[in-house]
Amino acid sequence: MNFSILIFLFVAVLTTFAALVVVTNKNLVSAAMWLIVALFGAALTFVLLEATYIAVVQVVVYIGAIAVLIVFTIMLTRRSAEKEPSGATKQWPIAAVLSLALFSGLTYFYLTVPGTDRLAPVLDKELNMVSALGQLLVSPSGYVLPFELASVLLLAALIGSIVVAWRK
Amino acid sequence: MIPLAWYLIFAAAVFSIGLYGVLARKNIVAILMSIELMLTAININLIAFWRYSLDQGLAGQVFTIIVFAVSASEVAVGLALVISIYRRFKEISAEDINLLKW
Repeated sequence: MNFSILIFLFVAVLTTFAALVVVTNKNLVSAAMWLIVALFGAALTFVLLEATYIAVVQVVVYIGAIAVLIVFTIMLTRRSAEKEPSGATKQWPIAAVLSLALFSGLTYFYLTVPGTDRLAPVLDKELNMVSALGQLLVSPSGYVLPFELASVLLLAALIGSIVVAWRK
Repeated sequence: MIPLAWYLIFAAAVFSIGLYGVLARKNIVAILMSIELMLTAININLIAFWRYSLDQGLAGQVFTIIVFAVSASEVAVGLALVISIYRRFKEISAEDINLLKW
């Protein structure tokens, strides 16, 4: 048992518990708070995997923007949520069986397929990952086309959400 | 050190919980929150595969950034739809909005 395993286990248990609370809590505001805990746990996982830039982006984008947006929407639609508590539908046992089947199937697959018991290779210490990532995102031999597509998608989503939510 | 399978099982657990939320919750905002959980699980998978692959490239991180962009636009449009639905029906329970159901 070394230290990183302990940290990983703590983060994994915390994140899984937070995710469980998110999908079962009837109070939407506290579900959103637990969603922030789960997203922060994912950011800690990225730190454990030495993808520090992704961890920072996870905190800024998910917790700073998406979670706040979700809390705003919960506040704006509060009257409907207060009228009837938001529980599960009548079909929730089917959903639980389906997700448990997916989880056990995936776990069985991961434990039996060869190569998943490997350990992480040592990262190149000389590599400046953030600048390499930035150059890869805008170089024509890299990923400039998906990058531009993502920016067009963001613009379309921006205009689309303004149009959809516009009060006529 | 931690084997790759541990990260994959952790991500599978978060993904399955999100799937349960999408299938079982009534409130549309709760369904959107569960979708965020599923996308986060996908990102954990992508970063784990990037970290454990012997290839020196950064493709896994690039994919994760694209997933960030997609999930940000998804949640923006989704919440705009929720607000629009709420204005029209005064209701955001997915069971009561059944105009397209037969």
